[in-house]
Amino acid sequence: MSAIWVLLLVASVVVAAVTGRVGALPGAIAESAGRAVTLSLGLAGVLALWMGLMKVAEEAGLVRALGRLARPILRRLFPSVPQDSPAMGAMTMNIAANVLGLGNAATPFGIRAMEELERANPTPGTASDAQALFCALNTASVQLVPATVIALRAAAGARQPADILAATLLASCCATVAAVCAAWALRRLFPAPPPGDRT
Amino acid sequence: MIRAALEALSVWAVPLLVAGIPAWALTRKVKVYPVFVEGAKEGFQVAVRIIPPLVAVVVALGMLRASGAMDGLAALLAPVTSRIGIPASVLPLVLVRPLSGGAALGVVADVLRSDGPDSYAGRLASVMAGSTETTFYVLAVYFGAVGITRYRQALPAALIADLAGFAASVAAVRWLFGS
Repeated sequence: MSAIWVLLLVASVVVAAVTGRVGALPGAIAESAGRAVTLSLGLAGVLALWMGLMKVAEEAGLVRALGRLARPILRRLFPSVPQDSPAMGAMTMNIAANVLGLGNAATPFGIRAMEELERANPTPGTASDAQALFCALNTASVQLVPATVIALRAAAGARQPADILAATLLASCCATVAAVCAAWALRRLFPAPPPGDRT
Repeated sequence: MIRAALEALSVWAVPLLVAGIPAWALTRKVKVYPVFVEGAKEGFQVAVRIIPPLVAVVVALGMLRASGAMDGLAALLAPVTSRIGIPASVLPLVLVRPLSGGAALGVVADVLRSDGPDSYAGRLASVMAGSTETTFYVLAVYFGAVGITRYRQALPAALIADLAGFAASVAAVRWLFGS
């Protein structure tokens, strides 16, 4: 990630110099830094709400039950995660929330799943195969109800704002399959350091 | 019919979950209120924990957009991508979607206004935006929340998924609506 980050920073300055837009950079830098904080704090409310509900659901045994339900699929995708790990339930809730288009609820469930996966991670600080796959899955989540897009289309006066549902479902399924295949195929190209090595 | 069911689902799901989970837990003798507050406290700490990695990612991406790199890339790619079914007005969406959710929705709104929501370009932009995610933001939040700084195959896999989503969007819109 360090190399990619530096590459982005340096490339931006070089391109700005070429296009004569260096003057726009200081403003963009300050504005972006501020927006990152607004973004995170904007998440604070829903994060607190849903992680609170998640804790309640965990204590009531709901999360474990959900995890058992999805185990046949998740066991194949995440063979390294212990069968009875709370991560299974959290991942199920995250995927369900994503599919239903409840983005606000999906993020806290996903973070909860990442915390549980990190507990089973032999190399803390470096993504495990399970975490990499889970994150890739989240960037390409299957969409049943793309609520924001439908709202935009309705506002623009579409005859049938939701007529893109089937196409969106199809495209997002393709993206999800690609995410699983790519994460699996690329895992050996990006070896994790031996356990305990934190350099 | 299916559409009405889906819309009802997206309206009812959140209120039912918010009321239903604590109600169910109460019947299981869970001390609902203190447990909720305990979990909510964790949620708030996560929000604070993801600030530093988000600052790093959002600043880098903000610089990239302000530098004009996207416009240059769009001009460079337009002749190729228009031939494979991505109109010039939709191309900026492909470039900006993984970087910024807000900017991507801005492009969609532009396309819907200029080409119309029921045009090929309007539908394609809608499907592309709906079927992909703000990759860099998702990775920064999820990995940042647990203090992971080495993403390994997650970033390339996520970007490949985005590309596959865009290609599938073109195919799906062509197949279902004609072009």
